[in-house]
Amino acid sequence: MKEAILMKGNEAMAEAAIRAGADAYFGYPITPQSEVIEYLMHEEPQKRTGMVVLQAESELAAINMVYGAGACGKRVMTSSSSPGISLKSEGISYMAGSEIPCLIVNVMRGGPGLGTIQPGQSDYFQATKGGGHGDYRLIVLAPSTVQEMADFVDLSFKLAFKYRNPAMILSDGAIGQMMEKVYLPEQKERLSNEKIIELYGDWATTGKTANRERNIITSLDLKPERQEIHNIHLQEKYKMIEENETRYEEIRCEDAEYIMVAFGTSARLCQKVIQLGREKGLKLGLLRPITLWPFPKKPITDYAEKVKGFLSVEMNAGQMVEDILLAVEGKAPVEHYGRMGGMIASPSEILQALEEKLISNN
Amino acid sequence: MTTSVLTPEEIIKKGKVVFKKTKLINDVPLSYCPGCGHGVAHRILMEVVEEMGIWEDTIGVAPVGCSVLAYDFMNIDMQQAAHGRAPAVATGIKRVYPEKYVFTYQGDGDLAAIGTAETIHACNRGENIVIIFINNGIYGMTGGQMAPTTLEGMRSSTSPYGRMVQTMGYPIKITEMVAMLPGVAYATRQAVHEAKYVRKAKNAIKKAFENQRDKKGTSIIEIVSNCNSGWKLSPVEANKWLDENMLDYFPLGDIKK
Repeated sequence: MKEAILMKGNEAMAEAAIRAGADAYFGYPITPQSEVIEYLMHEEPQKRTGMVVLQAESELAAINMVYGAGACGKRVMTSSSSPGISLKSEGISYMAGSEIPCLIVNVMRGGPGLGTIQPGQSDYFQATKGGGHGDYRLIVLAPSTVQEMADFVDLSFKLAFKYRNPAMILSDGAIGQMMEKVYLPEQKERLSNEKIIELYGDWATTGKTANRERNIITSLDLKPERQEIHNIHLQEKYKMIEENETRYEEIRCEDAEYIMVAFGTSARLCQKVIQLGREKGLKLGLLRPITLWPFPKKPITDYAEKVKGFLSVEMNAGQMVEDILLAVEGKAPVEHYGRMGGMIASPSEILQALEEKLISNN
Repeated sequence: MTTSVLTPEEIIKKGKVVFKKTKLINDVPLSYCPGCGHGVAHRILMEVVEEMGIWEDTIGVAPVGCSVLAYDFMNIDMQQAAHGRAPAVATGIKRVYPEKYVFTYQGDGDLAAIGTAETIHACNRGENIVIIFINNGIYGMTGGQMAPTTLEGMRSSTSPYGRMVQTMGYPIKITEMVAMLPGVAYATRQAVHEAKYVRKAKNAIKKAFENQRDKKGTSIIEIVSNCNSGWKLSPVEANKWLDENMLDYFPLGDIKK
């Protein structure tokens, strides 16, 4: 039987990366996620599995190392926090355009600018609506426990390779820094080149052999007719991901009159809010998007017919609330409550906001 | 009177083959201007890869700039990197494929302006890669703007009265700079605008790939080249201008070996 151990979110994720059979990690230190590269350097995965770990000279270099190694068909990842992800956004756009699978982890802190080193969720727009230039999407997973920090590594790689698309784990400083019980996954073997080709096709730059045409990894096509065809292909792929990979969790939604929608650290707070509300006779529920993109639009649309209102709880000025509004289609009141700048709301404060915004006003 | 017209095949049959295009250059029209040095640089690079028999194990990285489409012309697996990031991309490839041969092909804006940090740090780590650096002192692709290597007084569309070093800085000698780094095994400056230089440049490229094979560290080959379109000169005048102006500031020869 597997044994539970106590671990920091960042470290559990780093260990899970080794155990997922990742081929390489390229990173650059930034608070509050520096434990990821520190843990990997300390563990020397080169000796354990052959996994490469390299500290780059900048986030720009790190993401482009991911580009190079990822375009070789390898399981490659990087991690950073908000300002660093802004720097990486150029490379992320290139990888989306070139269809290079990889894993990018953002352990969010409050912004804008250098902002703060305390937790935030203000990169929701950046993660789900672009961040870099061009029409592209990332597969975005939002862990709310240390266990999910560990579990989402392998899941992200699987999704990234299935669709040849970058995947992102959008965590925050609280989940990254806190220690919690975690069951670590079993060690998987790193995939051989032959296995990668068998599983995912022969698209990567592995060296042109006589039995195939050369493989070119590029996002460029100077002919607009062909670039449009490429864009249509990407959009069709995104549609397929929306249809197949939307993930969410419902807590006490079956009889709820008011549904809170929250992810990551905010979703944990909302579980307490449900308890506090129900003690007062308020039927509260929580819908927790696990994939922020694709966003769980359908369950929200369905609940909009049944409930008296939604409260979006986020550690930002109101970003995911826009997607909830789109899903609700005006059929129920939608409000937002959020703290910013690294502040985390208390459950009683969220409950009070819910009562004021959704119940007193009705 | 009778005339006989020979087909191309018959002409080839009658003559002796003295030169053959390497199979690693594709049969597609090059996108470069007539007289541009990129064509020769591409050819000798691919000739070295063919002669060493390493084309199945070679992965190239194309830059942003005129040679962004290098992957259309070279018959090997290639990646196209964001502007300036080729040495980081090459690092990623080489770290997961230490037994493959990896090269970048970059221009002066790419390597010595926007990609300076990536260039210096790849060299400083002694990444076991080959960097081919084409220096023609101008941004060709975007239409002739000032490059980090534009000479003092040289005109471009963003230095229309000539480069004024007081406000625009000095032309950068980045090959000399990275030659100082212990990770760099070989740094040399070559040219391809005349036949006498082409053979030397090819030998330098060969030495660089041999260094990679022998895991000696980074090799950087700067090729001082022309840009007749950007310089607003005919191809012949451009080569003459290169001889008379570029080579004083960017002298040819090995900087570190």
